[in-house]
Amino acid sequence: MTGSGKRSLTLHIGVLVLLFLLPFILPDYHQLVITRIMILAIFALGYNILFGYAGLLSLGHAMFFACGLYAAGLPVYHLGWEVPLAFLFAIVISALAAALIGAIALRTQGVAFMIVTLMFAQAVYLGTLYFSDVTGADEGLVLPEHARSFDALGMRVDLTSPEVRYYIALALLSAAVLMVCRWVNGGLGREWVAVRENESRTRMLGYNTFLIKLKAMVISGTFSGGAGAAYGLLFAYVGSTFASIQYSIDALLFTLLGGAGTVLGPILGSFIMFYLVDFFSGHTTAYLLATGVVLILLIMYFPLGVLGTLRKKWLPWLP
Amino acid sequence: MSDNTDILADKDKRKSLRKLAGAAGIAMTAPFSPVLMGHALGSDRPIKVGMQLHRTGIGASYGRWYERTAVATVKLINEEGGINGRPVELVIEDDGTDPKRGAEAIEKFATWHKTDVAYGTLFSHVVIGSSPRAGELKLPYYVVSEGYHVASGSLNRYVFQPGITDVRSQMVSMAPWIAANLGKKVTMIFPDYAFGHDHRDYFSAAIAEQGGEVLEMIPIPPTESSFTRYFPKIPRQTEVLYHVLVGPGVLTFVKEMGQFFGTRDRPRIFGYIDSLEAVDFATPQLEFLQGTHFWEAFPRYAQPDQTQHDQYFRGQVGVDNNGASVNDPRDISTYSHMFGCWETLFIIKQAMEICGYSGPEDRQALIEATESLTEFPESRNHPQGGKTFNGKIHQCFGIQHISRVEDSRLNVVHTTSIEDGLYEPEADYTQMAL
Repeated sequence: MTGSGKRSLTLHIGVLVLLFLLPFILPDYHQLVITRIMILAIFALGYNILFGYAGLLSLGHAMFFACGLYAAGLPVYHLGWEVPLAFLFAIVISALAAALIGAIALRTQGVAFMIVTLMFAQAVYLGTLYFSDVTGADEGLVLPEHARSFDALGMRVDLTSPEVRYYIALALLSAAVLMVCRWVNGGLGREWVAVRENESRTRMLGYNTFLIKLKAMVISGTFSGGAGAAYGLLFAYVGSTFASIQYSIDALLFTLLGGAGTVLGPILGSFIMFYLVDFFSGHTTAYLLATGVVLILLIMYFPLGVLGTLRKKWLPWLP
Repeated sequence: MSDNTDILADKDKRKSLRKLAGAAGIAMTAPFSPVLMGHALGSDRPIKVGMQLHRTGIGASYGRWYERTAVATVKLINEEGGINGRPVELVIEDDGTDPKRGAEAIEKFATWHKTDVAYGTLFSHVVIGSSPRAGELKLPYYVVSEGYHVASGSLNRYVFQPGITDVRSQMVSMAPWIAANLGKKVTMIFPDYAFGHDHRDYFSAAIAEQGGEVLEMIPIPPTESSFTRYFPKIPRQTEVLYHVLVGPGVLTFVKEMGQFFGTRDRPRIFGYIDSLEAVDFATPQLEFLQGTHFWEAFPRYAQPDQTQHDQYFRGQVGVDNNGASVNDPRDISTYSHMFGCWETLFIIKQAMEICGYSGPEDRQALIEATESLTEFPESRNHPQGGKTFNGKIHQCFGIQHISRVEDSRLNVVHTTSIEDGLYEPEADYTQMAL
């Protein structure tokens, strides 16, 4: 392993260890908050694969988040499925949905790709409202009592426990980070970057760029769907709001803020966004204005996102 | 409906009532007990009420008035000695009218602000998205939402709606008058999401019971910004057009409805005031609403028979006789909903006094105390009117008004009774573990 590789590995492992230790030192409130942030960070990590590495700007990633949310929540609610089975089912369904939508949307590029993904997402959102008898529409569904615990490895896992939820979220985030690290440092990551930087040249060199982009789309959609499934199952609620465009924009914002094309950037972006809103809302009713001003300042001084700019100026080894 | 007879027939309930009676006795004698008085006087900690507020998002116009009402109520309660001798502090968190942020607000109340209860929110999806967190954090959650979700039994034992009647009851109570006075052949225009579906399902059932029928259902997708293309779907034989819409498109909807009908013959029009809460009836292009009818929970315009309680409520919150802010006549209130914030706070106070609430360790007693309530007589604390409360479904039932638009104001033409809005309960939260 090169010196850069060792530093990178140390940093990522260090971040995960820090997250592991945080519940021992932070008040209860932050433990609850960081649980949510970690799940949303997985969503942003998935988004970053498509946008940050493969260079495809989707405006509809909430559809994958919602796909996982409903694919996990509906079988639990209507069919009484166990939580682990529902989670795995959601992962499979999200991957299939991403492959299907990717096969269609990737026939376009640039602005057209943004519009097509936005349209698909709107269709999914309106679909969740239209089939209200099944989805509960905007009001959503509260998952039943049996879905608040499950057996695994001979233990009873209680999802009402904040500690259990925190470490499940951390385990999922850790798995996501390690997988992304492995991909972006390997051939697949280099193919994504090649497509992002110059798709024509990549194609001329003999690569099937459609397939490369489709892989990015499927992995990205699966991560997003997995995050949605985890969110619904951990917090016992599924609803149409999570399919709305606001959540697509959130994933984009987290990624841009933390640094597109960096592994840890979306995680940092998720933390920054949440705590900016949380901090300012405790001090002023004009907290959205204050948050907006800070975001403008951050973009002015960190035009590539926080970690993207740090990588350009001081940390070239950052993946 | 539950009444005293039902409660006394239940053995477990009787036990808890004995406990409550004991607690109530202690609460009544507390001011004279040196030990308890010392405890009360020695406790500087206020009763913290976490208010989940639609300060931003689609519900912001409601949130503005919910906040004013809650602030006025807390001020009054504190002027009168607080709750159990302790001041009340309102802690507000914006939920952005979003279920995810609503749930985060509940977590913040329970673990950061350490509030005694959570309270206040209106939009159904925020209530439903927040309720699992309230239940798991064992934080009593008093909503002012109007939705049927509380009474349906789909939430949990920690969620109450004691200060505003649910939408199912409202429709059940008004259907007889609509059928008898406006017509029996109805076309419904409603938002194509859960709030609208409640209207679709419960009003169509209620009008059918009166011998009426719904000729056409016209759902409006939530992303719609122009409504003209929906109006030609209204069948010619329609006698009553029933409309309800909320959100930023409502004014456009009502104006386009006026443009569609113009001066031609039109069906009788009955609307939910939700379509025009916070909107001035004197707004240009709303003239066509003249002669149409609206549901109101609490008449926006002071009526000739205005009660002293309504007058007092307006004075405290800062609402004039036209339902506008006393500081700005263009700032129209959400009068048919915001009274619920006032009444709910007084109910929290009443329940806390019954169980001698002293801190979060008494939350379970507070739940049982709230469930033991059965009646809220019309009074200063309940200015909208008297109500009954069903502790099994955590829902109150009150009177409703049907008003007619005359000279750009609403005049009440019919008031339902509490009994008109009763329906068979479908749940029993008291069977759930605390």
